Amino acid sequence: MLTCKDFLNELTDYLDECLDAESRTKLERHITECPNCWVIADTTRKTIQIYKGMDPYPIPPDVETRLMKALEKKMAEKQK
Amino acid sequence: MTVSSQAGIDETPLVARAREGDARAFGELVQHYEGKIFRLAQHVTQNREDAEDVLQETFMKAYEHLDQFEGNSKFYTWIVRIAVNQALMKLRRRKTDRSVSLDETIDTGEDTLVREIAAWGEDPEQRFSREELGGILDSAIQSLEPPYRSVFVLRDIDELSTEETADVLGLSVPAVKSRLLRARLQLREKLTRFFRRKGDDAFAYM
Repeated sequence: MLTCKDFLNELTDYLDECLDAESRTKLERHITECPNCWVIADTTRKTIQIYKGMDPYPIPPDVETRLMKALEKKMAEKQK
Repeated sequence: MTVSSQAGIDETPLVARAREGDARAFGELVQHYEGKIFRLAQHVTQNREDAEDVLQETFMKAYEHLDQFEGNSKFYTWIVRIAVNQALMKLRRRKTDRSVSLDETIDTGEDTLVREIAAWGEDPEQRFSREELGGILDSAIQSLEPPYRSVFVLRDIDELSTEETADVLGLSVPAVKSRLLRARLQLREKLTRFFRRKGDDAFAYM
C-alpha cells in the first residue's frame, strides 16, 4: 500500500511523466483515495505550469546596446 | 519523458555558420537566447548589475570559445553552462558565506516537506495583473535557498532536462531530482498563500 510519503517521493517523476505504467497506476490510485495528495499534485503541477508560462525578461535598450557594441568589437578583433 | 524544449529556431545551421565566422549568424543566436540568459543570470545572482555583466560575459566567452563547442550538446545548454559559471563567480565574489555553494550537502532528512494544503481557485493567476504576478513569482523564487533555486530555474524555467541540469551544475541525477522536488513543493506552498480558493482553510499535513 502506497503511503503519502511514498507518493511525495515519486511526485517529481510523476509530474514529469517519466514513470513506468505500473508505478503511475499506483500513484493515480493513491490520489483518487487521498484528497491531500490530490491537492498537492494538482497545485504543484499548476506551480510548474505558471512558471513555464513566464516570458523571458525584456533586455533594457541600454543593456542591449552595450552587449552589441562589446560583441562587435570582439568580432572585429577576431577577424583581424 | 523529460522535455527539453528548444522550440523556435533550428540552431544547428546558425551555429555552423557562426563557427565559420559569420557574425550575423552569431548575432541571431544572441538575440534568440539573450532574454533567457538575462533571466537566468538575475535569478542566480539576484542582482541587476551582476546579471547585466553575466549576460555580456556569457556571449563574449561563447564567441571567443566557439571553436571549442563540439556540438554533442545543444548550443543552448552550452551557453547556459557558461552563464551559470559566470553567475556563480559573481556570487562568490560578492558573498563569502557558504550559502553560495551549490554542491553543499543538504539535509534532506526528516524535515517537513508539506505544511499547508489548500486547493487553488480556477486559473488563480488571472486574479493578478501581469506585473503583480511577475512580482509574486520572482519573490517566491528568490526566497529559495541557492541550491534549490538554481535547479528549479534550469529545470522548470529554462526547461533543461534533468540530465542537462545535472551536467551544468555538476550534480548527480538523483541530487537534481531531490532538489527539484523540494524547490517545487516550497514554491507551491508560497504560491498557495496567493492562489488558494477563497474560503478554504489550510490544514496541517504530515
